[in-house]
Amino acid sequence: MQIDHVVCAFCGCVCDDLSVTVEENRVLEVKNACVLGRAWMMGHAEHREEPVARIDGRPATLEEGVEAAAQILASARYPLIYGLSSTTCEAQKQAVALAEELGACIDCCTSVCHGPTGLAVQGVGEPTCTLGEVKNRADLVVYWGSNPAESHPRHFIRYAVTPKGLFRPGGRKERTVVVVDVRPTPSVRAADLFLQVRPGKDFECLWTLRALVAGQPVDEAAVAETGLTLAQLQDLAERMKSCQFGVLFAGLGLTQSRGKQMNLAAVFLLVRDLNAYTKFAAIPMRGHGNVTGIDNVMAWQTGYPFGVNFSRGYPRYNPGEYTAVDVLSRGEADAALVVAADPAANLPRPAIEHLRRIPTIALDVQPSETTRLARVAITTAPAGIAVEGTVYRMDNVPLRLRKVLDSPFPSDEQVLREILRRVKEIRKC
Amino acid sequence: MLTIRNGEVYDPRNGVNGEKRDLYIRDGKIVAEPVQGRTIDASGMIVMPGGIEFHAHVAGSKVNLGRKMRPEDHRELVFPRTEVTRSGVGHTVPSTFATGYALARLGYTTLMEAAGPPLGARHVHEELNDIPIVDKAFFLLMGNNYFVLKFIAEHDFERLKHFVAWLLQASGAYAIKIVNPAGVDTWKWGRNVESLDQPAATFPVTPREIVLHLARVQQELGLPHPIHVHCNNLGAPGNAQITLETMRAVGDLPIHITHVQFNGYGGTDWTDFCSGAEEIAAYVNDHPNITIDIGQVVFGPVTTMTADGPWQYRLHKLCGHKWANGDVENETSGGIVPYKFVRKNSVNAIQWAIGLELALMVNDPWRVFLTTDHPNGGPFHAYPDIIKLLMDRDYRAQVMETVHKRVRTHSQLPNLDREYTLYEIAIITRAGPARSLGLEHKGHLGPGADADITIYPKLDDPGEMFRRPRYVIKDGEVVVEDGRIVQDRPGRTFYVAPDYDPQIVPVIREEFARIYTVSFENYPVQLEHYLPRRETIPCGSR
Repeated sequence: MQIDHVVCAFCGCVCDDLSVTVEENRVLEVKNACVLGRAWMMGHAEHREEPVARIDGRPATLEEGVEAAAQILASARYPLIYGLSSTTCEAQKQAVALAEELGACIDCCTSVCHGPTGLAVQGVGEPTCTLGEVKNRADLVVYWGSNPAESHPRHFIRYAVTPKGLFRPGGRKERTVVVVDVRPTPSVRAADLFLQVRPGKDFECLWTLRALVAGQPVDEAAVAETGLTLAQLQDLAERMKSCQFGVLFAGLGLTQSRGKQMNLAAVFLLVRDLNAYTKFAAIPMRGHGNVTGIDNVMAWQTGYPFGVNFSRGYPRYNPGEYTAVDVLSRGEADAALVVAADPAANLPRPAIEHLRRIPTIALDVQPSETTRLARVAITTAPAGIAVEGTVYRMDNVPLRLRKVLDSPFPSDEQVLREILRRVKEIRKC
Repeated sequence: MLTIRNGEVYDPRNGVNGEKRDLYIRDGKIVAEPVQGRTIDASGMIVMPGGIEFHAHVAGSKVNLGRKMRPEDHRELVFPRTEVTRSGVGHTVPSTFATGYALARLGYTTLMEAAGPPLGARHVHEELNDIPIVDKAFFLLMGNNYFVLKFIAEHDFERLKHFVAWLLQASGAYAIKIVNPAGVDTWKWGRNVESLDQPAATFPVTPREIVLHLARVQQELGLPHPIHVHCNNLGAPGNAQITLETMRAVGDLPIHITHVQFNGYGGTDWTDFCSGAEEIAAYVNDHPNITIDIGQVVFGPVTTMTADGPWQYRLHKLCGHKWANGDVENETSGGIVPYKFVRKNSVNAIQWAIGLELALMVNDPWRVFLTTDHPNGGPFHAYPDIIKLLMDRDYRAQVMETVHKRVRTHSQLPNLDREYTLYEIAIITRAGPARSLGLEHKGHLGPGADADITIYPKLDDPGEMFRRPRYVIKDGEVVVEDGRIVQDRPGRTFYVAPDYDPQIVPVIREEFARIYTVSFENYPVQLEHYLPRRETIPCGSR
């Protein structure tokens, strides 16, 4: 059986044109997907032999897993809920409800990827647009600190580089593509222009561009440290000012290098300045399939996109205080629930060591570093393959995931709902 | 079952003006015959239908970006969780749970989200579903939609009509919203239109044509609510003229002009800025096809947010505050700028006066509704104070003394003696909005109405009285007692499902892939998932 218009929740592109062939509850073929999406869809069944739950490494039933998780959380004084970027909004809402019930900290992967972008938005705002505006209008596309050829493989062909759009019937040949990065990445092959910035000098480049756009005099010597020449920067500034519709895609190379939120503030301010001359937008290159969803769910339910603490009974927000890396590295949390993320593979060592020390509960579709260190690990069904639900694309466009086959495992939403129900019962006693 | 005994009832739709009445409730509806069960003694209290928030920005991508942008706003007001309620934060852009509770505590039981794009409709519904207690619906942004402009340009009224019907259903939406027609489309290239006859960028159609054609579509489809129009040139000095022109452009077709305060300015620039309310009110008074809401300014911080991208950019340039813009492919734009209305600022003071002037100079309360265009003019929690300004001319004069003196020379407010009665307040906050929305079961207390009821203590100070209802009843259940939420329950979502010719679907599909970045098949909202408690409001030619 072939199922069309399948929505891929692997990366922030959220492509919704996949055709999936399913026989006997197995994915046989995936059309239109990129290498990442295809591997994700095809690999769904590899873990079906996993037990639905493990407690201290030993196989357990779902009920036992839920009970153990609820007992840990209900008796914790400062629990942390973290992750949530690769699951549905329906599950994310249950996680927020659980955090509120527990008076917990809740934080999502945003705090270690585009958290600085969030801070920049709070500082200066965000001139942005949906990806269709780029497809229909953009004649200048700048990828800065982002390598979509490897991280978002279909970004070029679906949204920003090659597609033919309403006012760009010629597609690729009507656009100028610029890649700015600290090294020549595979994405450079798609670019007309590559500008290699010295590591850690992005802010200086962006700020110089602001000056050039505003017609301020800039000293050649002053830009020497950026790795770019004044002529290169002048050329880019001129392209930016003279295009009809420009877009700057801002990647982790900006948010996770020296300057962090200041880099993103510089991006938004540059783009804001450019709107005095032409039409220009900035779009953060969000990574995981529904990391934009958790930002949205948290923002509408708690007012804040990440780093929220419920210990006073209402949401408080303080990045650096309530964000997962900090709560863990300082040894504050006394229990952790990790959903659809693998912090044990990518957080700083002190944070991982603390996760190992405290009772950690992990919900994931497959074994991971985090499930291996977790006291309670529950295997869940993959969203977008075996679970329907809502996801938000990197440009905040909401889409509904289709279910293409059945999984022996429950959804994140079901498990979180059960844990919440059980926690409420325990706390009432 | 519930009986409300002996209250002083204000039910304008049924002509009840402060008479002592008993109300009987069975299965969430008002009934004529007495019922068993709990009785609330409402002696010495005022009983009204539940309030209708007629135009507010509370759900969807634009609102949520506003929340993300403004942590400084949320610290102003916090809502700790209770035994029955979820928690929340937010002064001008509250989180969803807080929005529902705050409205309910003010005695409001129905809520209209003022602007959502079709592509973001799922998001709007997700948030509406998380706004507890109140019933709700949303207005669908169409005034700059690619297909709308295209079919108008092709003089293909039939296709236009069927497309609008299809799009309303595909979005689970309630009414046609038009924001800066042609101007927002032009903003996609960084420009705007300034007259009713200046064409859009994508197709050579003018604001005049867009408004007129959609007004006709609304009539032919028999949609329950007229076209809901945010005029061109919003926020600009002298824009009262284009507002009047827009009204004239539709002849005698029904039209609702929204937050007219923002579109009711005289003068030519900021130095000779003055009120244009008188001329607009006079025109409205002479034309029964027109309704307006005021969009009252409230002094203090606000978060301006509209689909009017070029206006938001202009405001950002004026005040320098942080700016967000969100253009949505083929459909609309959106912008956000935090702002503060200051008493001693001459323009702000005149803006404040204009909203009140409109309410006081439009003679027929059935055609002027109380809004703040939340959170643009002010947050909705300011309603009690605005009601006091309308009901008490001494209080009005007192406040006028505290604002910039230009109000006395550049508006008619000092000359207006009218005081609203409780009966009229019940019209502009309940019965009138319900009639305009075509919600037969809302805004009144006759048999068959939804048992949404607000009971206020009868106090001399209307501000105090409206700030803290004694009881709020939703679908026959007491949800608020003495300002406390005692029961949390989800509301319903209203939408319309007008008939359309299915032949329109392949026509749209054919072009869709070229201009959108989602599959046509993934575009319509799955009503069963995103409107789990939905109610179709019937269409029919009127």
